[in-house]
Amino acid sequence: MTPNTSPQHIWKPTPPAGDNEAFTAPHTSATVAPPVKISVRNLNFHYGRFHALKDISIDIPEKRVTAFIGPSGCGKSTLLRTFNRMFEIYPEQRADGQILVDGANILDSREDIARIRARIGMVFQKPTPFPMSIYENIAFGIRLYERLQKSEMDARVEQCLARAALWDEVKDKLHQSGTSLSGGQQQRLCIARAVAIKPEVILLDEPCSALDPISTARVEELLKELVREYTVVIVTHNMQQAARASDFTAFMYLGELVEFGNTPTIFTRPSRQQTEDYITGRFG
Amino acid sequence: MISLRTRRRAINTFNLTMAVLMTVFGVFWLVWILWTTLRYGIGAIHLSLFTQDTPPPGSSGGGLRNAFVGSLILLGLAVVIGTPIGVLAGTWLAEFAARRKLGALVRFLNDILLSAPSIVIGLFAYSIVVDPSGHFSAFSGGVALALILIPVVVRTTDEMLRLVPGALREAAIALGTPYWKLVMRITWKAAASGILTGVLLGIARISGETAPLLFTALNNQFWSTDLSHPIANLPVVIFQFAMSPYRNWQQMAWAGAFVAIVFILLLSVVSRFILRRAKS
Repeated sequence: MTPNTSPQHIWKPTPPAGDNEAFTAPHTSATVAPPVKISVRNLNFHYGRFHALKDISIDIPEKRVTAFIGPSGCGKSTLLRTFNRMFEIYPEQRADGQILVDGANILDSREDIARIRARIGMVFQKPTPFPMSIYENIAFGIRLYERLQKSEMDARVEQCLARAALWDEVKDKLHQSGTSLSGGQQQRLCIARAVAIKPEVILLDEPCSALDPISTARVEELLKELVREYTVVIVTHNMQQAARASDFTAFMYLGELVEFGNTPTIFTRPSRQQTEDYITGRFG
Repeated sequence: MISLRTRRRAINTFNLTMAVLMTVFGVFWLVWILWTTLRYGIGAIHLSLFTQDTPPPGSSGGGLRNAFVGSLILLGLAVVIGTPIGVLAGTWLAEFAARRKLGALVRFLNDILLSAPSIVIGLFAYSIVVDPSGHFSAFSGGVALALILIPVVVRTTDEMLRLVPGALREAAIALGTPYWKLVMRITWKAAASGILTGVLLGIARISGETAPLLFTALNNQFWSTDLSHPIANLPVVIFQFAMSPYRNWQQMAWAGAFVAIVFILLLSVVSRFILRRAKS
């Protein structure tokens, strides 16, 4: 019986130890634990009969990058996809428990699901530009929620593309198809699209697995920019990426949350043997 | 023992030869048909074919203007009636009923309709339109052709929409897009060229249908664009003229057949062009 299967046990991000030296994650210079944005309580998830997430409880800190790592099939993407209730479009998938965003449970919320998804944006593994122009890719999401004048819309589109570090590359071809861009550019377009509707949280599901190293580096730099304003949760296969780009890391295995803490601690002094075995490459 | 390399070479040569022979065999008939219709019809192919109406028996001259226009009207009717129904039904199948038993049932029934004999469709249109209204009409012909077009459009719409990656739908849903908007703005757009191709191929399919028109649009030896009256149309005129004892009628039937084949050929080429341009 592992401690985290007890409903009372909740993994809190470990506040950094007394010395600031050990806590070198970017943008986390404060010694106090940051406020919690998403708080998961006793979450269980089923794909039909398969029990994919087992009693997960975790607190995702606000305006930090939290990475979910673990071997394939451990449930990290599944967990991410409960945060915007994406699983609901598949009838055989079911989540029980609580996911509190700013204290309100989104799983049994009366709030319009579109509003929830507007607050919690998502970027996928493969770039998914819509079959329309680069400009329209950004404007599409904005129009779902706001009525803007042409000039205001132009400004917003530029601002979003600039924030995704894409503006300089596309400013002369805004009316070309979004699918004409390279893979890395498409992924940044998708990030810009997610940012465009002013979310509070951005979920990224292995955003770099289809990208080359240079594009990956650009996306990681972008994460460091985004985390100033947004809570970022990223699922990654790539442990170096988690170590480079995240402030907090959760290690999952077989549907359970094994360990959660600030990234340097997880990667240098993990408290659980399983975590150590995984990050040192002994299994997974 | 034959060496592996020799064996592979022999198999390769054999398969390649057979493939080429079969291709030549297939294309041979198409070229022969085109050549025959052109050879027998060439005498009737001149401008008057498109500017004059079908001649009365025993007279010379005339053309197929009323039949061409009538056929275009019938095709237009079929497209206007059939495309919205087919596209919407295909959309329902792919987007809203993909995982439901009812969807599987409708898809199965649609496949049966797809291969239903067109003469049965003609009789059906006769019984629901011609019989109650008391007379043959262009409208009933349009209905009959639409009934043949619909399953083709349903099938291609369904297939093309199911080719749209699920990730694209998820991406739109993640923005909070309502499902109807997702369908209208994103998946239809992603599948548009495929759906259009389906409609064009459907038109090619119905443009040669004769049997259903015998019970519905009938024929008309005069110029008419009235939808509530029988209307001239190419397939039935070809049938009638080809069976006639008059040489100029027979020749005109050949010419009509040639024009029909070229029309279908053009439609197919255009739809291929659209698909290819969409892919690049």
